[in-house]
Amino acid sequence: MTTNTVKRTETLQVTMPSEREVAMARVFDAPRELVFKAWTEPALLKRWLYGPEEWPLAVCEIDLRVGGALRFEWGRYEGKYMGMSGVYREIAPPDRLVFTEMWDDNWTGGETLVTMTFIGRASKTTVTQTVQYSSHAARDAALKTGMARGMAQAYDRLAEILAGKANQEI
Amino acid sequence: MMATLKALAEPSRFQIIELLRNGPRPVGDLVNRLKLPQPQVSKHLRVLSDAGLVDVRVDAQRRIYELRPAPLRELEVWIERYRSIWEENYQRLDVLLEEMKAKEGKRRRRKR
Repeated sequence: MTTNTVKRTETLQVTMPSEREVAMARVFDAPRELVFKAWTEPALLKRWLYGPEEWPLAVCEIDLRVGGALRFEWGRYEGKYMGMSGVYREIAPPDRLVFTEMWDDNWTGGETLVTMTFIGRASKTTVTQTVQYSSHAARDAALKTGMARGMAQAYDRLAEILAGKANQEI
Repeated sequence: MMATLKALAEPSRFQIIELLRNGPRPVGDLVNRLKLPQPQVSKHLRVLSDAGLVDVRVDAQRRIYELRPAPLRELEVWIERYRSIWEENYQRLDVLLEEMKAKEGKRRRRKR
């Protein structure tokens, strides 16, 4: 996009390091101990990790041990929610965090493996989140589903706006 | 924009748009590539034209269709807002980290 009214802080970089992976990297202006904490403590995660359409993270259970479970649910008032369960595979604060993810509706075509690295430099931290899908096809399908979901939300939002519920946004 | 979304939501029409991305094409060419009967292709082209997504010009006997990028650009701006879930989350995390840094600073000062 050419015009952008949102204040750009740091840029989110999205790459595909292999045919089964998608990686996102972002720099944060904080020491990695804090960034690691913000990624592993439920009370902190609930403050920032929202779902699509700003669905709040209603359930966030973390057993931060190797083999420990995680359970996240983003929900909305009408009982609609999106859930994901996983297991921690590696925990090395403040450098590295590896866990599996399995979405309730399996939109990723099988379990994914998420590797997070926290690299510190001069009081800043680069967080790289690499998602490995079960196959190349699963990755591409998941990316398409993600886009289709974005599209579906755009439709919903558009319907709301047309209904005059959110006319102040336009 | 609803017209744009509706027009694109049909697979053959979506394919026509994809084909026209590489440049204008005569109807006959679209018919060959889509492997659909001409009347059906014409019907799709009419929907796309009504939605403002394509323009037609007549060159000798041929009707040549080309893309009108304006509605697609409008759509892109729209979708951008939904694509950026992570960007928005990370901006919230920026704010939280500032707060955490401030608290850490206070704690450290208190210890001294």
